[in-house]
Amino acid sequence: MLRFTLTRLLSLCLSLAVASVVIFAAIEVLPGDPASIMLGVNAQPDTLAALRAELGLDQPMAARYLDWIGGLLQGDFGISYTYRTPVVEMIGDRLAVSLPLALFSLALTVVIAFPVGIWAAARRGSVADVAIMGLTQLGVAIPNFWFAMLMVLVFAINLQWFSAGGFAGWDAGLFPALKSLTLPAIALALPQASILARVMRSALLDTLSEDFIRTARAKGLSRREALWRHALRNALIPVLTIIGMQFSFLLAGGIIIENVFYLPGLGRLIFQAISARDLIVVESVVMLLVFAVIVVNFLVELAYAAVDPRLRAR
Amino acid sequence: MSHSQTDTAAPTEQGTLAAALRNRNLILGGLLTLVFLGAALLSFLWVPYDVTQMAIANKIKPPYADHLLGTDHYGRDILSMLMVGARTSIAVAVLAVGIGMVIGVPLGLWAAAKRGSLLDEVIMRGNDLVFAFPSLVIAVMITAAFGPSATNAIVAIGIFNIPVFARITRSGALTLWNRDFILAARVAGKGSARISFEHILPNVLNLLIVQGTIQFSLGILAEAGLSYVGLGAQPPTPSWGRMLADSQTFISFAPHMALFPGLAILLTVLGLNLMGDGLRDLFDPKLRRGRT
Repeated sequence: MLRFTLTRLLSLCLSLAVASVVIFAAIEVLPGDPASIMLGVNAQPDTLAALRAELGLDQPMAARYLDWIGGLLQGDFGISYTYRTPVVEMIGDRLAVSLPLALFSLALTVVIAFPVGIWAAARRGSVADVAIMGLTQLGVAIPNFWFAMLMVLVFAINLQWFSAGGFAGWDAGLFPALKSLTLPAIALALPQASILARVMRSALLDTLSEDFIRTARAKGLSRREALWRHALRNALIPVLTIIGMQFSFLLAGGIIIENVFYLPGLGRLIFQAISARDLIVVESVVMLLVFAVIVVNFLVELAYAAVDPRLRAR
Repeated sequence: MSHSQTDTAAPTEQGTLAAALRNRNLILGGLLTLVFLGAALLSFLWVPYDVTQMAIANKIKPPYADHLLGTDHYGRDILSMLMVGARTSIAVAVLAVGIGMVIGVPLGLWAAAKRGSLLDEVIMRGNDLVFAFPSLVIAVMITAAFGPSATNAIVAIGIFNIPVFARITRSGALTLWNRDFILAARVAGKGSARISFEHILPNVLNLLIVQGTIQFSLGILAEAGLSYVGLGAQPPTPSWGRMLADSQTFISFAPHMALFPGLAILLTVLGLNLMGDGLRDLFDPKLRRGRT
């Protein structure tokens, strides 16, 4: 397990390093000079030079990259080109909305998908199973931002149970804050829950057809007992993989949903930064999202190896 | 969805056709897909109204006889915009699947041919890395660098498709490399590149078609999301996602503006997913029990 962890850890660091080079190259190098983009085409040469010096753009590429990455490692993401405030503070504020939103929707996803998937698998072929699978097929196909708009129409505009957008803020208390995240979290969770319920059902059905389940049944367990006692635990491996992928999707996918509800999260920040050409902010948010995906995948892989020793040998 | 439990007949042409006709997912999904493709094709020849023509006097009309799905805030006919918008969706999704296949499939074949080697490891780790960039994030990066356009959406979704096709090709190819007919080809002196294209590729084609259908539907969803946040096709090109973004301000008194583009996306994606399921059943009857 130690050897496995170390090789995976090495590969994690390598992935993060390559990802950071890709992001740096794509955002800072490809489009040309951020200073001239910020000042526009009519900028005076000396103002341009002054800004370039201020942003450190007059240094060689490699030095700028090392500077950026060194800063990231110490928690210094640089200073926003437009707001002149530390990027790390801006991201921290927004993360206080985006991260709880992602976790909330992940929790909803699991809470919906597990019972639904297990229920459908236990009643395979029944009317209930067919109906659930039909509904999940719809859930997979629905664009989540459209579903979000429909919920705003029904629950915010017509029924007035929720506000149509905005974030109450954590200072307003836990309940008002969570309430303003509820519709966005449901919108994000619904398609993911549909996917996860289908994965859960099929993983369970796969496991239920295996020999050790037949043995358990032969020893007198009912189908339902075999499912709960033996199949569920073994079906969790594919389910875990999907949950790991879904978390990163929920974090990134929040970008769109935040737009529907005017939530001051990472998504709003990234769009403001793009239109203001605040490249250092874009770069940092993108790096953060990619970092989250890579680290979550790494943790999922470790979790597997802990659960299933066979995977360590690979 | 309900998976028809009937058994597929013998692998004759007639048997395949009969199985296809009995496959409810395939038929329903195929019909929905045909409607959507048909609407896009028809829009090249005829649309009820010109989508570039604004008629402010006629703005935000609910569905009625002259405008079957109503009009938008510029008085444009929503049905016509949906038809033209279907083109955008198809173009983006098809090209993105194309990028994914053209780059991903050879990479997957190559990795499988050199299975276990350093090259295989590098290709697969590279795939993992690309996989860590959701298409939305790629689109954000490209837009930050080059500004928004439909091309962005194509490239962003296309890049995300590459590891998907590379993985599925590699895993399909790996099981084939141990089979006798591949051994026979090697004994006959064929190199691994030739074997990959002549023998492996035709045998993973079914997998690729099914995955292609799924990526096509994901591409439609992703394009809608990107153009909703303004990272996709730019006005005046009609696109379903943009129509939804425009409708948001009017949703309390003109819900039809939001309803129809969303339904178009939902039904198209549903159709493609059902068709993907149906095709998988058709190609591989063994897999039909309990899939996702």
